[in-house]
Formats: sequence, structure tokens, C-alpha cells
Amino acid sequence: MAFLTDRKRANGMGSAKTGTEHHWQMMVSSVALLFLVPLFIFTFGSILGSSYDEVIAYYQRPFPAVVAALTMLVGFFHFRGGVQTLIEDYVHGFARKVLLIGMICLSYGAAAFAVFAIVRIAL
Amino acid sequence: MVQLTLPKNSRMKVGKTWPKPDGATNLRKVQVYRWNPDDGENPQLDTYFLDMDSCGPMVLDALIKIKNEIDPTLTFRRSCREGICGSCAMNIDGINTLACIYGMDEIKGDVKIYPLPHMPVIKDLIPDLTHFYAQHASVMPWLETKTNRPAKEWKQSVDDRKKLDGLYECVMCACCSTSCPSYWWNGDRYLGPAALLHAYRWIIDSRDEATGERLDELEDPFKLYRCHTIMNCAKTCPKGLNPAKAIAHIKGMMVERVV
Repeated sequence: MAFLTDRKRANGMGSAKTGTEHHWQMMVSSVALLFLVPLFIFTFGSILGSSYDEVIAYYQRPFPAVVAALTMLVGFFHFRGGVQTLIEDYVHGFARKVLLIGMICLSYGAAAFAVFAIVRIAL
Repeated sequence: MVQLTLPKNSRMKVGKTWPKPDGATNLRKVQVYRWNPDDGENPQLDTYFLDMDSCGPMVLDALIKIKNEIDPTLTFRRSCREGICGSCAMNIDGINTLACIYGMDEIKGDVKIYPLPHMPVIKDLIPDLTHFYAQHASVMPWLETKTNRPAKEWKQSVDDRKKLDGLYECVMCACCSTSCPSYWWNGDRYLGPAALLHAYRWIIDSRDEATGERLDELEDPFKLYRCHTIMNCAKTCPKGLNPAKAIAHIKGMMVERVV
């Protein structure tokens, strides 16, 4: 047990002088997803169930390919921010850092694979 | 790590059931959390039966009746009996509220009374609010000025004074902070709705000259941004205040500084 005064315990290490950027980025990506997700559902939904050649031809058009790529990029960016908050909320100590590193690798890795797949079909 | 179960020494046991009063026809069953730090036992839920024909209308009246007539060892805080001091905050029928302004007739079925959730308990219904008060002090809940003191008073327009309505009424009962899941899991670093409401009360005060410093101190992923707009604070506040709205305003000012 540490003999800390109540004020010392409450003040902790002071303010990190950060957090607003993360908050703003989450707001911006939320608004972007508000438009991108319906567009992605309409473009992806309209081609769902078609033959392989039709899907390839469809995603070689710029609009569906750009919508899909943006949805994946912004979606995984938003996912990264959301899960970061979740981990910070519920996991403490060293496990928090390990999970945060794993989650960041997973998010950007998944985004890279998704964009690579779309680019490969489109080009 | 978040605890999903209570530690062994905090698990509730069935407590003592006190005898029913003789000749009473209008009985009410009241169950109260009991824990004594001196006996080494786990907390227990004691059951009391009250004759409502000789009991006041509020939950605090019932607790005072139990202490005066049935069990003098029951321990709880109380003072003003009119919702001004905030001393008798406790969890009644699943809601954090003030026992003095919560009517027995608002509760259906048995009355269950616990201390404020997720706080260390000193005894029975008394939580340890030391950290909560220290967090309140850390937001500098006083007027900070740099201009020389005026000869008479710091003037404030009627419109600017109106901005403090819904903020200054807070009685620091801790109902809001102890109802907030973010405060449960990260109460050591997250300031909680009550302290943030007080911080905003001084940020928005037209006479205060430390707005920038106050915002600087709050700009932190844990101190401020653990608020996820769960809104339990606004739902439970016995004074009808909305700390979540105050926190949203602080976040809005933070964004305004950078965008």
C-alpha cells in the first residue's frame, strides 16, 4: 500500500493533453460510414448472386470499386478506434498494451488485404 | 481487468430477519445491506418489517424508524432531510437516489436498500467517497481570475448567469458517478460525471479566466473521454440534472479548440 494523499491519487500523472484528436477522428469516420455503408450495401447487394465474370466486370467499374475500398479503409480505421476504447475500458495493465498492439496489427492488416483484393479485381 | 464476479469477502449472505411489530396491519418488508468492518463477516441482507401507519413517507423515514425502534446498529449518513445536503445517497430499489426525497410509495414490492454501487464500504450504507471528493477538488471548483479584483463585485449578465442553471444545483451526492459503468471500471483515472459537471460549471462561467487551463487539464483519454454517453448519470440524478450534456459541451469546446 502506498501512502499517497487523496489529491495525489486523484491527480495521478496529470493530463495527457491528448484525446480530442481520437474523439474527432471517430466522429469524422462515423459520419463517413453513415454514407459509405448504405452505398456499399446497395452496390454489393445489387451484384450478390451473379456469376463470377459479372462480379469481376462490375468491380472493374470505378464507382463500386472506390465505394468498396473506402468502406473497408474507413471501416477498419473506425474499428481500430472503437476497439481501442473498448480495450482501454475493460483491460488494465500489461494485457492492455499487448491487446492494443494486436488489435492495431489486425485492423490495418485486414484493411490492407481488403484493399489489395479490390485493387486486384478492379485493375 | 474488469471484475465480473464479486471477490469472496464481498459476496452477500442472507442476514437476520427481525420480528414483525405486534398488532401492525399495514406492514412493509424492508431489506437492508449490512456490513461491519469489525466482525470479519461477509455482507448480509437484513430483513425488517415496518408498521407503515406509524412511519413517515420517505425511505429515509423508514431507515430512521429502523434505527430508532428496531436496530440501533444500522449505520447511514443523513442530515438535511430535504434533498439539499446529498448525504443520504444510496441505492434504493435498484436506483441511486437520495433516501430523503424518495417515497416508499414509489417502490413496488419489497424495499431493497444498498450502499452506492462500486465504492468501498465503510459500514452498512456508508460508502467511502474520499477519492470522489479529491477528484472534485482536482477540477478547481472555484472562481479563477487573473484581472485585478474589482472594487465591488465580478459582474455577470443575466444571460451568462442563466448558463449556470442546471449546473450549480449539484449537491455532490455521488449518485451519478456511482451509476456510471465507465466510472466503475476506470474510476481511478476517469473523473466521473459529477466532477466533470462541476468542471463545466466553471468553464462556462463568464467571470472565470482559467478556461484554457481548465480545458488543458481535462484533455485526457481517461479524465474526460471515458464518458461514452451511457446517460445513467442523467437518468439517476435525484436533482434532475444532466451531467452527460455538460460533458458533451466540454467535448464540443475541446473540438472547437483544434478544428
